[in-house]
Amino acid sequence: MTTLSTPTRPAVSGRRTTAPGKRPRVGTALTYLSLIVASLVVLVPLAVVFLTSLKTSREVTDGGAMSLPRDWLNFSNYATAFNDGKMLTAFGNTAFILFFSITGTVLIGSMTAYAIDRFDFRLKRTVMALFLIATLVPGVTTQVATFQVVNSFGLFDTHWAPILLYMGTDIVSIYIFLQFIRSIPTSLDEAARLDGANTFTIYRKIILPLLKPAIATVVIVKGITTYNDFYIPFLYMPSEDKGTISTALFRFKGPFGAHWENISAGAILVILPTLLLFLFLQRYIYNGFAQGATK
Amino acid sequence: MTHTTSTAPPASHEPPPAAAARRRTKRRTGPARSWRDHPLRRITPWLFLLAPLALLVTFTYVPVANMIYYSFTDWDGVSPDRNFTGVENYTQLFTRPELFRVFFVSFYYLAASAVQIVIALYFATVLSFDLRFRNLFKGILFFPYLINGVAIGFVFLYFFQDGGTLDSILSWFGVGGDHAWLGDPESANTSLAGVSVWRFTGLNFVLFLGAIQSIPGELYEAAQLDGAGRWQQFRHIIAPSIKPVLSLSVILAISGSLAVFEIPYIMTGGATDTSTFVIQTVKLAFQFNKTGLASASAVVLLLIILLVTWIQRRIVPDDKVDLV
Repeated sequence: MTTLSTPTRPAVSGRRTTAPGKRPRVGTALTYLSLIVASLVVLVPLAVVFLTSLKTSREVTDGGAMSLPRDWLNFSNYATAFNDGKMLTAFGNTAFILFFSITGTVLIGSMTAYAIDRFDFRLKRTVMALFLIATLVPGVTTQVATFQVVNSFGLFDTHWAPILLYMGTDIVSIYIFLQFIRSIPTSLDEAARLDGANTFTIYRKIILPLLKPAIATVVIVKGITTYNDFYIPFLYMPSEDKGTISTALFRFKGPFGAHWENISAGAILVILPTLLLFLFLQRYIYNGFAQGATK
Repeated sequence: MTHTTSTAPPASHEPPPAAAARRRTKRRTGPARSWRDHPLRRITPWLFLLAPLALLVTFTYVPVANMIYYSFTDWDGVSPDRNFTGVENYTQLFTRPELFRVFFVSFYYLAASAVQIVIALYFATVLSFDLRFRNLFKGILFFPYLINGVAIGFVFLYFFQDGGTLDSILSWFGVGGDHAWLGDPESANTSLAGVSVWRFTGLNFVLFLGAIQSIPGELYEAAQLDGAGRWQQFRHIIAPSIKPVLSLSVILAISGSLAVFEIPYIMTGGATDTSTFVIQTVKLAFQFNKTGLASASAVVLLLIILLVTWIQRRIVPDDKVDLV
């Protein structure tokens, strides 16, 4: 915390406003130094794994962790990881789960928000309280019993277990929709109703299209968290052919043993889609996660 | 908690009079009277709520109720018969030291969360001012939060390996000797907590940064005219305006450190005393078939988290957290 004060200690000369050049050199240098150190802390572990993924098995055992690969275009580890690690199936399974759970979350969330915001009905407060209290129950704690529920439906070891769980326990999205639907004027609903539209048509033709920004947020946040989730697929889909990205990568631990070049390639393969998405959608991702966490 | 139930949306950015007017029109003119009295009108919201409520009850409330029930039995999760055993499971949980020990592991993660919040606060403050490559630094600091947990686990398994990345870096600085980072309990837990700092600082940082950037620029200018330095600006302008987000981060940190699962499970599998509350519960339930005991353990965790949330609500009464 003490470093916080370093940028501009001379409080007296503060009147000369913010021109960066006028700051004391040392303070600025220290600020940049801290940023660079932090960036290195973030990037070095990742970079080393990337380097390892390009090395041959000999290079990994003989050379140090920080040594450079001899052939920068040695992608054979990626091929091994992709084929032997069943990554294609894993990406397919993940895509399947992503598609249904995201569509479901959007529908569930927007319908709930629509019902709560646009209607007055008895027990409305009870319903809201049910959703609110549920946010306090962390999903990890209840899995012991949730497992029995899922099992009793015969959904254990099917794709539908994670899909239903992702859909049914996402209250944060409901809040994002609720927040947003309030800014859509009710006069639009009423105009449509006068034109003879029923509530379902209003929801589908007016509310849903206007919720697009909120939908984008939910899709991004939900997409990334579902893609990265390990706990639920690990508990509910133990068979190898139902592995998602996370569980398939986790299985690298066994057969690849100490073959760090293959494990590294697998890890990079999993990180790469996230990195690309982040580079293209940075702004939405920051906003989405900020919204998601604070609701 | 209450602000969401009140009719006036506190978060909407529209001016209050407009909002009030909107509500009024809704009440008074509303749809045609025939529609209002229509019986369909009474059921419609329930049609929309049917699926969401069914899912909510099935996957949140039924499990919680069942869990409490199981926790008083000796059920193994499979057999049809289960015996009611009273508080036996809870007594075991608090008297068998090997079951109780997992609580202490949480303190490593709690300490890590404190470190994480301080780091995030520092970088959020620094990057809220105009700096070169600001977006690049912001992106780098946030990116770890988006990475798949299993991938992070492997990245750091390699990082902490004997003769791995960390040892190589340390040897550059003359700190020699291969250290088995994940070898003994203390060093293993510290290392794992360090990974959790690496992973989650980005989220706290972006939350703080958002809060700081929502402070109107004139405030700083006014403060500067009054001769306030950077530290005073932090103390009197930035600190108060991020208080809600800070309190939220603290609560997330506490419940997060109690519910740690992924990183230690992937990296050590809970070996060398790195088992956490959730790892132990999962093992009890799914490896040792002690559903009753596992449920009791989960109930305790749930109660602790509810207690923490309640305390936080008392200390920071209903501060609205609105960032975006």
